Amino acid sequence: MSSLFQGGHLLSILIFFPAVGALALMLLRGDDHIFIRRIALIVSVAEFLFSLLLLRGIPLNMGGYRLEENAQWITTPPIHYHLGVDGISLFLVILTTFLTPISVLASWSSIGHRVKEFFVMLLMLEVGVVGVFLSLDLFLFFLFWEVMLIPMAMLIGIWGHERRIYAAVKFVLYTMAGSILMLVGIIWLYNATGTFDLPIIQQMTQTGTLVLEPRAEMLLFLAFFVAFAVKVPLFPLHTWLPDAHVEAPTAGSVMLAGVLLKMGTYGMMRFCLPLFPEAAHRAAPWVAALAIIGIIYGALVALVQPNLKKLVAYSSVSHLGFVVLGIFAFRNISMQGAVYQMLAHGISTGALFLLVGMLYDRRHTFEISEYGGLATPMPKMAAFFMFAALSSLGLPILNGFVGEYLILLGTYQSHWQWASWAALGVILSACYLLWSYQRVFFGEVTHEKNKTLPDASGREKFILVTMSLVMLWMGIGSTYFTRRTATASQTVIDQVEPQRPYEAGAPAKVIPAITATGAVNSLSDSKQNSAAESANR
Amino acid sequence: MFPRTDDILRVLPELIWCCFGMFSMLLQPFIKNRHFFTTLALVGAVGGTGAAFVAGATPGAGFYGLIQSDVFSFFFRLLVGMVAVLVIMASDSYLDRENLPHAEFFALVLFATAGMGVLSSARELLTAFIGLEMSSISSYILAGFRRDSMKSSEASLKYFLLGSFATGFFLYGIALVYGATGTTNLSRMDEVDPNSNLLKLGLSLILIGIGFKVAAAPFQIWTPDVYEGAPTPVTALFSAGPKAAAFALLLRIFASVPAATHFWFWALWVLAILTMFAGNLGALLQTNVKRLLAYSSIAHAGYILVAFAAVTFMSNDLNGGATPAYAAVLFYLLSYALVKIGAFTIVSEIGGTGEKNLSLDDYAGLAQRQPFAAATLSLFLLSLLGLPVTAGFFGKFYIFKAAVNSHLMWLAVMMAINSIIGAYYYLRLIVVMYMKEGSAEAMAAPVVRFPVAVNVVLAITAIGTVYFGLFPNQVLNFILQPNLIAR
Repeated sequence: MSSLFQGGHLLSILIFFPAVGALALMLLRGDDHIFIRRIALIVSVAEFLFSLLLLRGIPLNMGGYRLEENAQWITTPPIHYHLGVDGISLFLVILTTFLTPISVLASWSSIGHRVKEFFVMLLMLEVGVVGVFLSLDLFLFFLFWEVMLIPMAMLIGIWGHERRIYAAVKFVLYTMAGSILMLVGIIWLYNATGTFDLPIIQQMTQTGTLVLEPRAEMLLFLAFFVAFAVKVPLFPLHTWLPDAHVEAPTAGSVMLAGVLLKMGTYGMMRFCLPLFPEAAHRAAPWVAALAIIGIIYGALVALVQPNLKKLVAYSSVSHLGFVVLGIFAFRNISMQGAVYQMLAHGISTGALFLLVGMLYDRRHTFEISEYGGLATPMPKMAAFFMFAALSSLGLPILNGFVGEYLILLGTYQSHWQWASWAALGVILSACYLLWSYQRVFFGEVTHEKNKTLPDASGREKFILVTMSLVMLWMGIGSTYFTRRTATASQTVIDQVEPQRPYEAGAPAKVIPAITATGAVNSLSDSKQNSAAESANR
Repeated sequence: MFPRTDDILRVLPELIWCCFGMFSMLLQPFIKNRHFFTTLALVGAVGGTGAAFVAGATPGAGFYGLIQSDVFSFFFRLLVGMVAVLVIMASDSYLDRENLPHAEFFALVLFATAGMGVLSSARELLTAFIGLEMSSISSYILAGFRRDSMKSSEASLKYFLLGSFATGFFLYGIALVYGATGTTNLSRMDEVDPNSNLLKLGLSLILIGIGFKVAAAPFQIWTPDVYEGAPTPVTALFSAGPKAAAFALLLRIFASVPAATHFWFWALWVLAILTMFAGNLGALLQTNVKRLLAYSSIAHAGYILVAFAAVTFMSNDLNGGATPAYAAVLFYLLSYALVKIGAFTIVSEIGGTGEKNLSLDDYAGLAQRQPFAAATLSLFLLSLLGLPVTAGFFGKFYIFKAAVNSHLMWLAVMMAINSIIGAYYYLRLIVVMYMKEGSAEAMAAPVVRFPVAVNVVLAITAIGTVYFGLFPNQVLNFILQPNLIAR
């Protein structure tokens, strides 16, 4: 068995296995819902098990891409089917394959019509997302990036709630507007380099073979960055997210929050920083400002949400702001924190959406005012919700803490002001999560209907226990993950490092090591930096 | 004096198309079986398309330089031949349903195809004019083929009046170019003085004439009405065939007349932007699917014109540097023809007798009633939108690439903006099919089963769309040859 997967096609299998499953589902007669669900579950669990084989393929402490597959696909222009995995994409792929069976289980009874199509779309979504994380060819990346739009839009638009069509169209148009700019950027980059191959272009940037004019580099950076920022979503491009989340079915929300948003931050790590280091540095203060605004704005809006699902959605805006901040602080610690926060957010926000979805299955409303005192009829559900909320707000020993802490630590090293503003978000997240928890689960049962709500069923308990265990494990055993992501995030830092003008902003003890000219440079840089920041305000 | 064998071989496709068209007309009084004519026309169309290989195997200029047989004309003959075959197969059941005569219809389709073949292989302007007229006059009649429908007659009349007007421009342009250069043969125009005002005026008039045929703004006003009024299989023909042929002529003029490339650059730049916006903004408001697709074909003409602007720009730089831009146009026309024929075929079948069901509401819930039709139509729409894994994506990608290569960043950005506008209305149709519930009576109505021929057409177009979306290599390598257009 292992020889089959080490024969070099594991990544292709990972991408296309769900597609085969989806095809098999499509060919089935559409009536036997239980059978369809079982097939979807088997396929997605098998995919998860395959993805665990990746862990064996990645040796610790070794940089570069592993398990590469590279074949010529189109000759003019030279487009390659180039796949590879490194420490950053490794866990994102596993996160995707982990959340898919969870989503299948979560949709077990809540999806009642057009069941076959639903699971086909879910599996096709997995194809697109895994493809995005594994592509090392810009063109291939773009292809998966676009392909994944349609299943997601269908999930929202067919199985969503009242304003589902509006939300689905908005989601597609926003993403497409960003990505078409990225396509122009990709072509431009191809004209400059003659290749679509990411490792080659990265190498060209490193060795100085590819030198872009500052203006062109900035435009290219923006072409990529805007596409990713829409996906993250970074303030002020986030307005599609609350709609999409609120209208999507539970499984759609879990996949959206769990992995789709990470495609944006992943893209920033993979493309924006290594390919355009200078531009990334120049843009960093602005991006950080937007990220901090997103952190605080998302948290404040979440605080006043009367709608539970929208609250969780805005909490995503806030949490993803941390990730972006961590990336653009250009520190290894914060970069690792960003990777970790991506994974942690996928699990804990995924869990929150699952719980909100379970409440919706029972009461068909997301309004917080409709609930209250739920801990009495459903104590188990309340306990799980507490666990997920604590993990999301960053309680130590749970997963959310590790990511946020590393990000703040790394950011503090480079810019203590950024870190202190962002830390507000940590406090606010405790406020909105605990306050909403109090309103939903504590107090007297105010609505007659709520008195008889059933507690978590066996299937739901299984889902929630799994998620909770992962949260706990990620909180305690975080080194298992960080050891594997360390080299890859250091690689990204190394790729941005040489042109790093912000070094001077670091603690004073570093300064003597810098030569005289370096000090002069850094002085002028820090001036520019503060000028940029004041312009920001 | 009988022409040389080689010359005959070089126009063999057109000869076969014309002959079978005439057979069809001649046999009509004697044979009652309507489907005989379908078979006859199909044999003719396939035969003519096959003869394109014969013509392609005898390259060179035929009839003293009137006709050029080269890779370029081979490609376009295959393209228009394929269009004819698909349209004939798709229209058989339509003609039955509408109770229209088969023989004349197929004869006209074949004549139009022959005209397009001439247009795309003409190397001399008057020959091109004859090709243009052959295809146009057949088109005018075909547009009004549903005689008892007001809309169809209106379409025919409108098309005829405006078309004749445009043909006048074209002919006058030829006259002026002749006055300036002393020849109508394109291959002898490479030495002319590019600053001659007479030549410029003539070229502008020719551009107007072609602009009308390809529905470029501001000459696009006729398109929605004609496309809507014409029988739907004819609309499929219009959107794919004549457009490709007219673009072919434009490309050949570019390749042979350096003066044109200098002079037309800004005209094409403006035309491209106007056309993209006119098509996409117009389509936003449509509730009739046929009109929506008509506006979308205007928009796509705009995208192709972007590639033309790139062609002109690159021709200025170095000789032969424009090849990728030529290839972009050719690939786009191929993918576009497949998609549009497929889409209009589905619209034709969903339309039902008398073309009643054409509004967006009639498509509500189609995914549940007819999942395969809905899925196929969605595939075509996604290809028009330019989503990956469809031929349309590569088409658009190569045009983008040509534009960026020529540093036409503004055109590329405008095209990007237009793609987003376009996404909205294509998605709207998909949304209606998949996410809206159909009306009670529509859902209760029996499922329309598509005839076998139609299914074959849909299979060919859908598989072609996906195949060229995954493996564009072969076609591209074929059209990227440096000697694509004989000079």
